[in-house]
Amino acid sequence: MSASDPLLDSAPKGGTGAFQGGVTLHPDTAAATAQPIATMPVPDELVLPLSQHAGAPAKPVVAVGDRVLRGQMIAAADGFVSAAIHAPTSGTITALEPRPVPHPGGLEGPCFVLASDGADAASETASGPRDYLHTDPALVRSWVRDAGIVGLGGAGFPASVKLTAEADQQVQTLLLNGAECDPHICCDDMLMRERAAAVVEGGRIMLHVLQIHDCVIAIEEDKPEALAAMREAVEAADDDRLKVKPVPAVYPQGGEKQLIQSLSGREVPSDGLPLDIGFVCHNVGTAAATADSVLRGEPLISRVVTVTGNGIRTPQNVLVRLGTPLHQLVAFCGGYTDKADRLIVGGSMMGIALPHDNVPVVKSTDCLVALEPENLRTAVDAMPCIRCGECAAACPASLLPQQLHWHAQSHKRSALLQHNLFDCIECGCCDVVCPSHIPLTQTFRHAKARLRLDDAQRAQADVARRRYDAREQRLAQAKVDAAARREARKAARAAQPEDPQEAVRQAVARARAKRKAKRKTSEQAASNETAAANSSTRPADSDQ
Amino acid sequence: MIGALVFLSLVAAAGAALLRLPAARLRLQRDPVERKIDALLPQTQCGQCDYAGCRPYARAIAAGEADINQCPPGGDTTIANLAALLGREGKPLNPKHGTTTPPMLAVIDEAVCIGCTICIQACPVDAILGASKRMHTVIADECTGCELCVAPCPVDCIDMMPDPRPAQRWHWPAPEDAWS
Repeated sequence: MSASDPLLDSAPKGGTGAFQGGVTLHPDTAAATAQPIATMPVPDELVLPLSQHAGAPAKPVVAVGDRVLRGQMIAAADGFVSAAIHAPTSGTITALEPRPVPHPGGLEGPCFVLASDGADAASETASGPRDYLHTDPALVRSWVRDAGIVGLGGAGFPASVKLTAEADQQVQTLLLNGAECDPHICCDDMLMRERAAAVVEGGRIMLHVLQIHDCVIAIEEDKPEALAAMREAVEAADDDRLKVKPVPAVYPQGGEKQLIQSLSGREVPSDGLPLDIGFVCHNVGTAAATADSVLRGEPLISRVVTVTGNGIRTPQNVLVRLGTPLHQLVAFCGGYTDKADRLIVGGSMMGIALPHDNVPVVKSTDCLVALEPENLRTAVDAMPCIRCGECAAACPASLLPQQLHWHAQSHKRSALLQHNLFDCIECGCCDVVCPSHIPLTQTFRHAKARLRLDDAQRAQADVARRRYDAREQRLAQAKVDAAARREARKAARAAQPEDPQEAVRQAVARARAKRKAKRKTSEQAASNETAAANSSTRPADSDQ
Repeated sequence: MIGALVFLSLVAAAGAALLRLPAARLRLQRDPVERKIDALLPQTQCGQCDYAGCRPYARAIAAGEADINQCPPGGDTTIANLAALLGREGKPLNPKHGTTTPPMLAVIDEAVCIGCTICIQACPVDAILGASKRMHTVIADECTGCELCVAPCPVDCIDMMPDPRPAQRWHWPAPEDAWS
């Protein structure tokens, strides 16, 4: 991706409504959007990983055995890029132990286990409406931070970090991302239909925190109901800082870099952030959660999850408490069909396949897809690359996937970096168009991980080398020092008179002095002992 | 004739002096080949190569005294890199020096540790923290997993454990591995 200078006049103004590349996919959301968002009852046991977000894991602030109330903070943000975690219901913390988390490697992570008491009693933090407009933006930002709000679009990046505008970075536009481009995800679509007012409120709060006056709510054209609802809500709010803009339904329109290019015609620099060209991008769900936290004092304890795919009996969107095990969520949606073969969390294009469903819903869980075998591709499909170039045409990051594929296979570090491997957003467009069905995206994920691992190992080796060198130097210096001391002693001896009788006299004198000192201390000790004995008997005497 | 000879000798002497001076000043601290070899070694400092650390092993390779296949922690990758650097044929790891194992960390059983400081002295990278008659502990981020502290411990309280931070080590497998 070439870095375009934001100041260049040649950049098209207003945008062409499209980004480079992309593919048109057929959405499979009709079934899930046919019914309103259902609310799932609170399960008996919730599992809350300490790491549900990008950045450092949260730090526990309650202990095992503690009784907690709904909305009470159970783990605090640990550092700037981190997020707090709250109890999704009232109950007792029964454990803090490693449990399986949604991870492509099926790994475990430290989790709080919360046994619900069924009362769902709220803590006092749930306050009445707060007047954010007359509050310092930094304080409002701290409310958002304390509410543990992270990007709900899937990446889970702490929202308060993206609401912190550095003085030297000129944020002009807040972009609310409602371009939900994955063919299965529709939780944002449903949220915009049902809670449009909360999204608009959230946008206004974010404008206040960032101290800017321009907010664009981008929604894909194939979501007419959401578009209408949001337009109505913006009109009702009577706030001309907010605009609803339809964008073409091309995958991956919801990628923030692609969305910004569609709207403004500008590209986010290769190793930069949207902030570098004046944009801050938040998911519409994040905006609604921000409104809930600021206006109603409700921390992030639940979210809307799309449960869909032809492997689910009743596809629908569910408002679910964080920490709910996926198998209970699936059971709530009628369970799996008999042929369901693969469970994917995070959407069918960029999601990860799970080895089992005994993992909890976390803050970044936007979608759960269960698919039957006919929708899946297997390794035997992969054939050699025929150099057709379809992948390069489809790549929304303007990369050359086939070149990257060759270089990744031969582990050519410099060539991979030269072809901007790290600009790959892992959207899967190249996989979709590849006539040879080569698993390109996974090749790139693997290649990225390998390069990062190499870097980490090299850094570790450098540390070890420095410490080894420092130790060698210290030991060598110690040897030199010891030799110098030896020499000094020798010299001192040489300087003394060579009288053998004198040395003997001195030794006898030393021995005498030692014996004298010893006798003196032993006498003293004896007298102390008698004194102590006397003192210990005395109180007993007085008692009698 | 003699004048010319004297003149030429003087010129030669002046040239020699001119070259000597910066040569002494700008002398390379270490053999550059040795340094390049050292950069490819894993810096485990375990001594399995029969040398007292990665730097001495690099020196021995540079001097032609050691072969390139004596480093078990580096394994085939390091051998391939060394072969490429030195323009030699790659070869399998010499089993005499050990086998390649996944990275491990030394962990001290702090309840058993008697605070003898022997392991502190054995650690080649100063990754053990402690004082005489005080409990010792391993700085996990600094430990190279060389195992040199295990044998000297008089109470056998040091164990080699797999890295307890799997999430940091995990990475996406290659498609071939995942789909087979």
